[in-house]
Amino acid sequence: MTTFRGANCGLGAKPVCSVFTDTGSNATEGSGGVEMRYEAPETMKAAVALLASDEHGRVLAGGTDLLVQLRADTIEPSLVVDIKKIDEMCAITRENGGFRIGAAVTGAELGEHEAFKSVWPGVVEALELIGSTQIQGRATMGGNLCNASPAADSVPAMIAAGAIATIEGPDGRRDVPVGEVATGPGRTSLRAGELVASFLFPEQAPRTGDAYLRFIPRTEMDIAVVGAGVCLTLDDSDVCVAAKVSLGAVAARALAPEAAAKALIGTPVDDAALAELSRAASAAAQPIDDKRGTREFRIQVTGVMARRAAETALARAKGA
Amino acid sequence: MTGVGELPETRSVTLSVNGERHEIDVETRMTLADCLRRKLGKTGTHLGCEHGVCGACTVLVDGRSARGCLMLAVQANGAEITTVEGLASRGGEWHPLQQAFHEHHALQCGFCTAGILTSMVEFLGENPDPTEDEVREALSGNICRCTGYQGIVRAVLDAAGRLRARNGAIAP
Repeated sequence: MTTFRGANCGLGAKPVCSVFTDTGSNATEGSGGVEMRYEAPETMKAAVALLASDEHGRVLAGGTDLLVQLRADTIEPSLVVDIKKIDEMCAITRENGGFRIGAAVTGAELGEHEAFKSVWPGVVEALELIGSTQIQGRATMGGNLCNASPAADSVPAMIAAGAIATIEGPDGRRDVPVGEVATGPGRTSLRAGELVASFLFPEQAPRTGDAYLRFIPRTEMDIAVVGAGVCLTLDDSDVCVAAKVSLGAVAARALAPEAAAKALIGTPVDDAALAELSRAASAAAQPIDDKRGTREFRIQVTGVMARRAAETALARAKGA
Repeated sequence: MTGVGELPETRSVTLSVNGERHEIDVETRMTLADCLRRKLGKTGTHLGCEHGVCGACTVLVDGRSARGCLMLAVQANGAEITTVEGLASRGGEWHPLQQAFHEHHALQCGFCTAGILTSMVEFLGENPDPTEDEVREALSGNICRCTGYQGIVRAVLDAAGRLRARNGAIAP
């Protein structure tokens, strides 16, 4: 199977006794067939120039995926560009009533940002599900998106929130919806020399709530079998006037099924609407069979996760 | 492997480890954990899974816990690193967490202990009076094969009390 991030499974994959022997430099350092140049530029312009200069260059944000891939020799970059020295990529700022979050902001930093957390609790809860405390101190939303795992937890939450990715590249800056960045497992729509610089979470309408839920067999430190992000807005009479639903780990990239969102819009998000949401979410899922769950199981759980996430989002929209 | 006649790409970095400043040349691919163990002899930091799951290699980087196996040494340039060797006082007196681990039988083989201690130093710094559930959640990033965690949880709760008493005695 393909592993997508540091917080993957592999428990007990090694006989425990082997950890007592230091296996020597050749065995423990990822061998690597090429020289790996490391650069830590302090400006976006310098980072873009470096990435544009080397087609085998990789961006290093938190490193919680990249270092795993380096050691497993699944990648052999000749250049690694550490973006954590670039101030704007590590900044959280207000912009037109919304928030701009640098792509290299860590999960821990965002989780400690009370203002952001109070507006977008669903995004923060998704990010905080990624790995452990030690992972969250390094891992970033930019990395979670660009690693392009179909099971990335923060991605459905960002799609539901309507977040925009701001991309910098040799031809300048462009903005795209977060859902258009990953195109399949490990693949993105980024062009040569481009990197995701930041995310814009636009100003939120009043009476809006968001939530993210995932199913995993353990309670911590696992990869989503199914993930669901929901964001919905109510009017003064508690009727849903806007909704976005996004599903993770049930297709080659995060989905945003229109039918699932439409099941909520125009309703008071009652049992009938939630049942329709559940049906629409399950119908949209196109999962694979693997050791984490069968296709049939994932399809069923998709509806359950979507419904429960919508119930939490509803309570938050009502200010509960 | 590097090709015949090629030298591995290296970088000069400055690390402060347990308050001692080191200027060393490291290969760009070397992880922080390998650097601490091999270049600086800080073998108290253990390497288990080497892909970010087991937590044995946890060290503090500028006060925050991080996986030593998921950071390159070059990324830590300029950082203050604390390893398990830096927890006891200069005079050799154990950190209250170490004392509590000793008294509560919170380790058997000890392989995971350094990573648990460093993780819990950060945790108790942020949450000086945790509940048992909070301790268990904070321990979820560290895997212990031997103890079943009961002694570890007791030790962390006991150490929290000792640290509160110690810090309360110092504070006005």
